[in-house]
Amino acid sequence: MSETRQVPVADGLFTWPSDQPRLIGARCAACGLVGFPAGPACQRCGGTEFTETLLPDRGTLWTFTTQDFRPPSPPYDGSDTAGTFRPYALGYVELDGQVMVEARLTEPDPAWLAIGQPMRLAIVPYSVLADGTEVMTFAFEPAVTREEA
Amino acid sequence: MEAVIIGVGLHPFGRFPGKSAMDMAADAVRAALDDAGVSWPRVQAGFVGSLEVYNPDAIVGRLGLTGVPLRGVFNGCATAGTALSMAARVIETGEHDLTIAIGMDKHPRGAFAADPSVAGLPSWYGQTGMFLTTHFFGMKINRYMHDHGITHETLAHVAAKNFRNASANDKAWRRTPLSVEEILASPVLNYPLRQFMYCGPDEGAAAVVLCRADQAHKYAGRPVRVRACALRSRRIGAFEVQSPSLPAGEQAPSPTVDASREAYEIAGIGPQEVAVAQLQDTDAGSEIIHMAENGLCKDGEQERMIADGETEIGGRLPVNTDGGLIGNGEPIGASGLRQVHELVLQLRGTAGARQVPGEPAVGYAHLYGAPGVSAVTILSR
Repeated sequence: MSETRQVPVADGLFTWPSDQPRLIGARCAACGLVGFPAGPACQRCGGTEFTETLLPDRGTLWTFTTQDFRPPSPPYDGSDTAGTFRPYALGYVELDGQVMVEARLTEPDPAWLAIGQPMRLAIVPYSVLADGTEVMTFAFEPAVTREEA
Repeated sequence: MEAVIIGVGLHPFGRFPGKSAMDMAADAVRAALDDAGVSWPRVQAGFVGSLEVYNPDAIVGRLGLTGVPLRGVFNGCATAGTALSMAARVIETGEHDLTIAIGMDKHPRGAFAADPSVAGLPSWYGQTGMFLTTHFFGMKINRYMHDHGITHETLAHVAAKNFRNASANDKAWRRTPLSVEEILASPVLNYPLRQFMYCGPDEGAAAVVLCRADQAHKYAGRPVRVRACALRSRRIGAFEVQSPSLPAGEQAPSPTVDASREAYEIAGIGPQEVAVAQLQDTDAGSEIIHMAENGLCKDGEQERMIADGETEIGGRLPVNTDGGLIGNGEPIGASGLRQVHELVLQLRGTAGARQVPGEPAVGYAHLYGAPGVSAVTILSR
């Protein structure tokens, strides 16, 4: 039985495949600000030299919202249609006081999300290509999922 | 030399099949010139903004080819703030005596769709469904409600007020009043924001004619003084739209706060003197947040103010008296000049059924949009 082929949506976003994937951030060589994704310029000082830094894979939810209709496509390229689209949530997750990262959340229901909630990184498929290949992106899931709760 | 507004013109906002943005703008310019009592050849310079029209300065072909320098400007949702600011500035510097600011747009239906590269962002941000400015509005008000005790009902009250104000405005788009219950029953688009809490992109145009204050007596009507124009972009640490990441533990205020403070300082006018305000209400939550960011109340005070009707026409601080963006929609290039049009009517005392009582003396207009830019204009009698 063959495994489903998976590809990342872009290179350089997260370490993967990996048992413990991490987001790949960048620390500005001039001012030390940590940003994500890497480059092309530091948001604080405009610096263009960075050292790669792997971001913590756990954090807390700073805020969130939901996407309840299929986004305009392009640029969205999920393989769903207006009929099969399933709402998802997004939020900012504060990673260990270093940086807040905007990400999709695996839990779509606001009733199961709360500001301040502990979250952990997950690499998830958001689209399937015609040949069955899954396109993977980064997301955060509640540290205690609905099933575990 | 101070600049004053002597004429305003507004093409209705809404949907106008078969009518181009430029034709709408030409109508708005003619209305503004008539209002001022001047002819197009007298206009010495102008500034024109649009998202959809590639060459909005081609409007000279509709108005008369006089050789007038007409410069295109663009700052997203704050475009009209820049057009008015520049039109006033070239009078203040003494370069010109009579100028015009023009805005026009004609957007297709539905949410704005663009490639992330237009905002300098990577492709995956759009591919994975993250490049929607509405996410920012949902996330910002969700956090604000958590921090400052604003309720879902208060969001609905703001939208209901703006639809009600629009129903008294024959140039508004959404003129059917909606109840708080109807608004709370509409589908969630971006939690906690629902369909009837959002403005939509639409069509329309507006124009404003300005002159030197010492020449205002030559023109028809009561002049309105341009007391301050300010525009600021985001600072590091501000919670801002279209940000794949933000620094943790390094917080700065919104560019609205910066632009507002600068405008009050230039005008020598304090927030307590504002008698009528037009605030960027991309959604009901934005209006609530912008009340505080513009210094018009403290964070959290909105819950009581809105319950007490203080932001209604006839309240202590009327906000979005013409229906705002929720009632008028947002043709991006024209939206801020629609705000100025409304303030001029209010300060002249000619706003009809929606006139703020008590002869308001100071009007305040605020714009905010991607990629984190805010413009504030303060007008007075």
